[in-house]
Amino acid sequence: MHQLTIAEIIRGLRDKQFSSVEITRHLLDRIQQLDGNYNSFITVTEELALAQATAADERLARGEAPPLCGVPIAHKDIFCTSGVRTSCGSKMLDNFVPPYDATVVENFNRAGAVTLGKTNMDEFAMGSSNETSYYGPVKNPWDTDCVPGGSSGGSAAAVAAQLAPGTTATDTGGSIRQPAALTNTTGLKPTYGRVSRWGMIAFASSLDQAGPIARNAEDAAYMLSVMAGHDAKDSTSLNRPLQDYTLNLNDSIAGLKIGVPKEYFGEGLNADTAARVQDALQEFEKLGAELVEVSLPHTGLAVPAYYVIAPAEASANLSRFDGVRYGHRCEDPQDLRDLYMRSRGEGFGDEVQRRILVGTYALSAGYYDAYYNKAQQVRRLIKQDFVQAFDKVDVIMGPTSPSPAFALGAKSADPVAMYLEDIYTIATNLAGLPGMSLPCGLVNNMPVGLQIIGNYLDEARMLNVAHQYQQVTDWHQQYAGSASAA
Amino acid sequence: MAVDTQTVEKLAELARIAISTETIEEVSTRLGDVLQLVDQLQAVSTEGVAPMAHPLDEEQVLRADEVSEPNRREEFLQLAPQSEEGLYLVPKVID
Repeated sequence: MHQLTIAEIIRGLRDKQFSSVEITRHLLDRIQQLDGNYNSFITVTEELALAQATAADERLARGEAPPLCGVPIAHKDIFCTSGVRTSCGSKMLDNFVPPYDATVVENFNRAGAVTLGKTNMDEFAMGSSNETSYYGPVKNPWDTDCVPGGSSGGSAAAVAAQLAPGTTATDTGGSIRQPAALTNTTGLKPTYGRVSRWGMIAFASSLDQAGPIARNAEDAAYMLSVMAGHDAKDSTSLNRPLQDYTLNLNDSIAGLKIGVPKEYFGEGLNADTAARVQDALQEFEKLGAELVEVSLPHTGLAVPAYYVIAPAEASANLSRFDGVRYGHRCEDPQDLRDLYMRSRGEGFGDEVQRRILVGTYALSAGYYDAYYNKAQQVRRLIKQDFVQAFDKVDVIMGPTSPSPAFALGAKSADPVAMYLEDIYTIATNLAGLPGMSLPCGLVNNMPVGLQIIGNYLDEARMLNVAHQYQQVTDWHQQYAGSASAA
Repeated sequence: MAVDTQTVEKLAELARIAISTETIEEVSTRLGDVLQLVDQLQAVSTEGVAPMAHPLDEEQVLRADEVSEPNRREEFLQLAPQSEEGLYLVPKVID
């Protein structure tokens, strides 16, 4: 039952092959038996899940059928959930129980989905390996000595280990796509503003965007159809019509023009990863697509620009954690300054502190123009590269990450090496474009992700393109050995 | 680019984060590595390029200044480490 996709679960529930309580119970048992190996959940919401599943079964029996009625999913622990601890992977919020739901959570609840729990993540979504979590690292279900990627490592591992058919996630510089690539799952970061950020704990507000991680493009389309939409509570959310992303999945992609950026195949890319991506591009040619070489000349500046903008915004966003209104407070503060200094020193982990300090530096008097303003100018150059490329092509494709999953601990002492993990994903966040990752092969039995970058608000086409590829390949159906054995 | 420990102490003060004396050397080194990475930006010419604030150049949305949410003061105060009579409590600020 845990191997079913979201599309299959929807059909099975409607056809009364099983109930929502049955599949929810099955997945909760599976999480309890197996998640000790992966640590993909921070909180399992058993009681809530069974209550939601019971209510969903009643609605199904009455013939009411909101889109995901009775479908079990899990939320990244960055989304506020009313009455359920929302930690953001941090000691700072270890005791934080929000009194309201994030808009994304509200949307899934309204669609009838069942919440299995909250998934593990890098602290405040800052990391590419899920090793900065206060709740310990997540292990990759394909090889538990390896990282699952980050920051949505728990969301990706939970899907890869078949503990949940789909999960919510967030992506500020690659945090949906890179873990999806490293765990053989399908993840999509929508256009900036397509999904509401309200109730999603902020990291870098001009880059953060929520999206789904699932087993395949069709399931991601079901989830995105529920997640996306305008929200008056988020002033950066785009006021565009709602879309059913499942409608165009079966369109032919003959004549599709695929841009292949030469900068994404240069130095630093693992040769075997490159070969799997090239295989995928050939598969698209067989489907009638045309490959066009494009150039994104400012690619090399994306990581440096990101590590000014993201820490600068983070230092402002995280100033709200002051030990006064919620979150961790130090013992016996001597005065207000001591309360701030020690609450934040104790509550934040090393990487979060480092980024706050970098951001403070970039925004401090005398440095603003040289760093933040400069990075925002470079950001426009990066966007213009994409705009020019999309004059000639429909989508852009390349690798999601430079190599397959690395060993736990391999990069944790060297922040710059870790930052380069996101070299192919960061530019789309800076430009605000949608990007996705889907399985395209294995290297030494570890997954490789193909990245699809779309034009603004072109998620339906990206999902169509990915779905067509998944009709003629079965990489997305390969499951982690350690997971399927159980 | 190296960052001296004095700069780190100043940043930590600005950011209100207590950093222990044992780790300050390590923090200085790591910060230097990151600043060296971002200094690559200085090599590119950006003359006449407008800084980008929103990818789709959307404008800030305005709304009428009206109450739209219920008052949930008690619920929010319950999240505070210390509160009293509807107010947040902090150590004495004025002698």
